[in-house]
Amino acid sequence: MKETPLSNCERDFLLRAIEEKKRLDGRQTYDYRKLKITFGTDYGCCFVDLGQTRVMAQVSCELVAPKENRPTEGILFFNIELSPMASPSFEQGRQSELSVKLNRQLERCLRNSKCIDTESLCVVSGEKVWQVRVDVHTLNNDGNLMDAASVAAITALCHFRRPDVAIQGEEVTVFSPEERDPIPLSVYHMPISVSFAFFQQGTFLLVDPCEREERVMDGLLMIAMNKHREICSIQSSGGIMLLKDQVMRCSKIASVKVSEITELISQALLNDKAARKAGGKCGFAESMPQDRITALKMDQTDVEMTNVSQTGSGVILQGDEAPPPTVPSPVVPVPGVGQVGQGLQSWGLEEEEEDDDDEEEESSGDDQVEEVTQIKLSEKDKKEAVVEISDSEEEEVEVDKLN
Amino acid sequence: NHKVSASNNVSLREFGCEQNLLSRPDGSASFVQGDTSVMAGVYGPAEVKVSKEIYDRATLEVLLQPKVGPAGVREQSQEQCVRETCEAALLLSLHPRSSLTLILQVLHDDGSLLSCCLNAACMALMDAGLSMSCLFCGVTCAIGADGDIIADPTAAQEKESRALMTFAIDSTERRVMMSSTKGSFSVQELQECVAVSQKASEKVFQFYRDSVRRRYSKNL
Repeated sequence: MKETPLSNCERDFLLRAIEEKKRLDGRQTYDYRKLKITFGTDYGCCFVDLGQTRVMAQVSCELVAPKENRPTEGILFFNIELSPMASPSFEQGRQSELSVKLNRQLERCLRNSKCIDTESLCVVSGEKVWQVRVDVHTLNNDGNLMDAASVAAITALCHFRRPDVAIQGEEVTVFSPEERDPIPLSVYHMPISVSFAFFQQGTFLLVDPCEREERVMDGLLMIAMNKHREICSIQSSGGIMLLKDQVMRCSKIASVKVSEITELISQALLNDKAARKAGGKCGFAESMPQDRITALKMDQTDVEMTNVSQTGSGVILQGDEAPPPTVPSPVVPVPGVGQVGQGLQSWGLEEEEEDDDDEEEESSGDDQVEEVTQIKLSEKDKKEAVVEISDSEEEEVEVDKLN
Repeated sequence: NHKVSASNNVSLREFGCEQNLLSRPDGSASFVQGDTSVMAGVYGPAEVKVSKEIYDRATLEVLLQPKVGPAGVREQSQEQCVRETCEAALLLSLHPRSSLTLILQVLHDDGSLLSCCLNAACMALMDAGLSMSCLFCGVTCAIGADGDIIADPTAAQEKESRALMTFAIDSTERRVMMSSTKGSFSVQELQECVAVSQKASEKVFQFYRDSVRRRYSKNL
């Protein structure tokens, strides 16, 4: 589907507003939108809402053989899925430029920064290691997918629990979650990405651009940092030329934002841990907001089954009233020729009816004599004729049947 | 011949639904059945590629995204089931040479996934304001090892079942619009499951009605 093009007056309005330090939704230049983090039923499932931008991350793991050049390290695999649900311009399966860019940035942010201890993912050196897979699905694109995706990915990794493994000599036992409690991954630090959008050749900058602002921006600067003020990755795109002090200013803003976001993530993880410990149900039905008129919940209900077997039998009886359709059995008129049914009848020829006994469907040339059983003719017809199915409708071929 | 006991009451799990939760799609809904949760988004009627256009009606495309990994053949067959149901219900001839895209995202699968997808799809199509000749809902029935019929089974119940059936039921005459079955069962069991699904669908349609009534009501 094609994205609705941005009209010139809309573009001019946005740029003029930015020049006057005004944003469409009333935020200040350095303000983030409201960030909400919720978790799903199983470990490793995390939803992030950044304003209207919504993403979901799911972490899963499986045992695989390690890479040859790194036999003692586990494998991390990241995948950001730009779902067509998020935006009409995202197409299923097509590896668009944005998709490549986001995937690469997420990899650099999380893998190259070594935030996860991959050595602890090794089970049997050189043979079996854990491959941790992070799938980020974009649900709604209202700008700044990168930040939302990085928050979702790192939160899901912190939330995830992998199955416990016991090694006794040569034997490796993987315990299911019911047998032994799964253990969390060892996360050293939490890199979070902060995006800055630049306008008018780098004169104006905005933090956390929304979708409209992204469409009119000149360039984007993404800084991935952790709360210890270590920069994990910097990426500048769009070809804008930034001065050194602009980049320094951005990194200072980023460190403030990152510490706020990290605090939020830790709080959300603690809340979830407490809720699970208390034994309450943590799922989607609970996290659904009940005070909205667009949401409704209904408790478990029973369905009456009193008349079910009568209704079922009734339907079958009704079906039985009609005579079962006779499927003509295969007939072998000539060795090597099998025939089912009568085929097309020529005009004027009376319809012949035949009742056949059950016959074998396969018959080779040699066996067919034994396999062709006696054929009973209906009493009505004295003439017996077998009409061969042929391409031409007019042609009428009569072949003597073998008994 | 299996005698299915009709004395036990089957129960449907907790339902939850939220409409219009995404800002970009024209219609969106999230449907929750117990722990199974599916989010649906609808775009349309919109421009269609010339290669896919149909001269007298809309082209409906259904995409089902699993939670982990790329979409495979199983998702494609589920997409087919949902698409056939939607095409039967939607008035496609009102939008010739247009495209309708329905995207389903699996948020969590704890059994009865296909019926949850159907329910989410119907609510999203309603939210998008697309005209339909009838509403539809999905109900899954499982036949346990001892012959009991379980409606809306969880993943654990599905695993132990001998047969699993999903029916799409229409709202006007409670007929079966689509059926997708797995496993072996007798004709009697099939008809009983259809009857159970028809009874269960009444609860689901009542839930639809309550959701929409709540949405358009003047007070909460």
